[in-house]
Amino acid sequence: MELIVQGVSHRYGPTEVLDDISFTVGDGEIVAIIGPSGCGKSTLLRLVGGLERPGEGAVLMRGAPPDRSLNPLTYVFQDFALLPWRTVEGNVSLVLEDHALPAAERRAVIDDVLERTRLAEFKKALPRQLSGGMKQRVAIARALAVRPAVMLMDEPLSALDSQTRELLLDDLLELWLRERFSACYVTHNLAEAVRLGHRIVVLSRRPGRIRELVRIDIPLGERGPTTPELAQLQQELWQLLRDEALAADRELADAV
Amino acid sequence: MPSKGPLGDDDLRPVPFRGGGFHHVPLAYLSPLVFVGLIAIWELGSRTGWISSIALPAPSAAFAAFLDLIETGMLWQHLRASLLRLVVGWTLGTALGIGVGLAIALFSVLRAGLAPVVAALFPVPKIALLPLFIVWFGIGEGSKVATILFGAFFPTVIATYSGVDNVDRGLIRMGQSFGLSWASIVRKIIVPGAMPAILAGFRISVSISIVLLVAAEMIGARFGIGAYILTAGALFAVEQLIAGVAMLSVIGLAISWLIGRAEKRFLDWRG
Ligand SMILES: Nc1ncnc2c1ncn2[C@@H]1O[C@H](COP(=O)(O)OP(=O)(O)O)[C@@H](O)[C@H]1O
Ligand SMILES: [Mg+2]
Repeated sequence: MELIVQGVSHRYGPTEVLDDISFTVGDGEIVAIIGPSGCGKSTLLRLVGGLERPGEGAVLMRGAPPDRSLNPLTYVFQDFALLPWRTVEGNVSLVLEDHALPAAERRAVIDDVLERTRLAEFKKALPRQLSGGMKQRVAIARALAVRPAVMLMDEPLSALDSQTRELLLDDLLELWLRERFSACYVTHNLAEAVRLGHRIVVLSRRPGRIRELVRIDIPLGERGPTTPELAQLQQELWQLLRDEALAADRELADAV
Repeated sequence: MPSKGPLGDDDLRPVPFRGGGFHHVPLAYLSPLVFVGLIAIWELGSRTGWISSIALPAPSAAFAAFLDLIETGMLWQHLRASLLRLVVGWTLGTALGIGVGLAIALFSVLRAGLAPVVAALFPVPKIALLPLFIVWFGIGEGSKVATILFGAFFPTVIATYSGVDNVDRGLIRMGQSFGLSWASIVRKIIVPGAMPAILAGFRISVSISIVLLVAAEMIGARFGIGAYILTAGALFAVEQLIAGVAMLSVIGLAISWLIGRAEKRFLDWRG
């Protein structure tokens, strides 16, 4: 399934947040979206997943979602959004309970996704007992359980410390190599963007416009933390964003 | 002159500790000890005549009055009458309160219409409405139960809807993003999320209910702890009065213990 963002603009009251954004997310493709903070990345993702309606433009789907997909557009949130009163298993179960699945099949799906995210032995744990990285793996397991066509990830690693982030980034890469999921991956971290993105959408400061669309041709499996081309690209992206970030930093004060 | 430290350096001294105090050390044995100690001092003061038995009877005298109550079989009558009113009134008031609180929290029309009404009626001492309730529901059980019901209802409404307002919006958004039905979001996200506030509201509504119970029983009841206390007071039977007050205290403690158990059971996820 292909996701098409077509001329999306959005404003909150007098504040123009997004201006004429267009891009597509192809089948099995990860599109990274980067931009200075406050430029409208989270807003864009909410529009893409249908949690809010865009002021102008449209978000379209083409083609059928994968077989038995229960929730084609599925979010992974920065703050995990796990129910603290449900166990790991219960949190995954939550998103299946509204669908008419036989109990045995539901259990099988839960076991399968927890296995795939290496959480099987923590089934009965409550979120407060888990580390940040594990919480986010639960959120990823929950997303996988509904067989998404496109995962919408809003800074999924930003709440984690840098070592955990590195580990989970490897997990995500490995997951993609196995399952070829499509994703819209919002981040402010350029290293994540160049490691995971097939394409990178660079947004300007608010109102967010597309400054640049970068395609990276190195296959995901061949990218590492020290790949020289990626370091070079990251440097270029930083040059591109530096002035925007500086300006955004100064503007934020009067915006709030 | 600086002393030689263990490492042989001059002027070596430990960093002074400044982190003490201000934190809670559980000392479970202390409170029963204080209870027993206070009663012992009281008893001693009464026996030596230091505390006049007219002003304050000895604990043993109050206990004798309590035993008397058991022997005559009146304890059960009073206790049953009071507990029945309390349980029926509080349960109905709380159930209605949670329902109305959820409705106010979930539907803008109801919030705009009802929240101000609730805010206006909440501070009215419900005992002031007892005469009205007697006109409406009769002098019997109806008016007493209604007083307690209304007393429990308003704080529960407010606790419930402010609890719902404080549920993490991110969790609700998560539920929507996974396509959960409205009913599922309410039942599985909003209600459990508001549970801490609802249970905290229980503590308030229970103590209000006990106050109203005694007040209503003092105004017009043949049986009940309030009636017992009132009669004792009228006859200057101070030891019976103390026995009655002690029973109220025990009922309050027992209910507070039950709520504590409910919190353990329903809020164990908070750790
Ligand atoms: N619901 C909202 N109402 C009003 N303004 C909002 C709302 N959500 C976001 N904004 C504003 O839109 C801008 C973009 O926010 P956001 O999308 O969160 O940026 P980013 O995720 O890139 O940091 C910010 O200036 C923010 O204050
Ligand atoms: Mg954001």
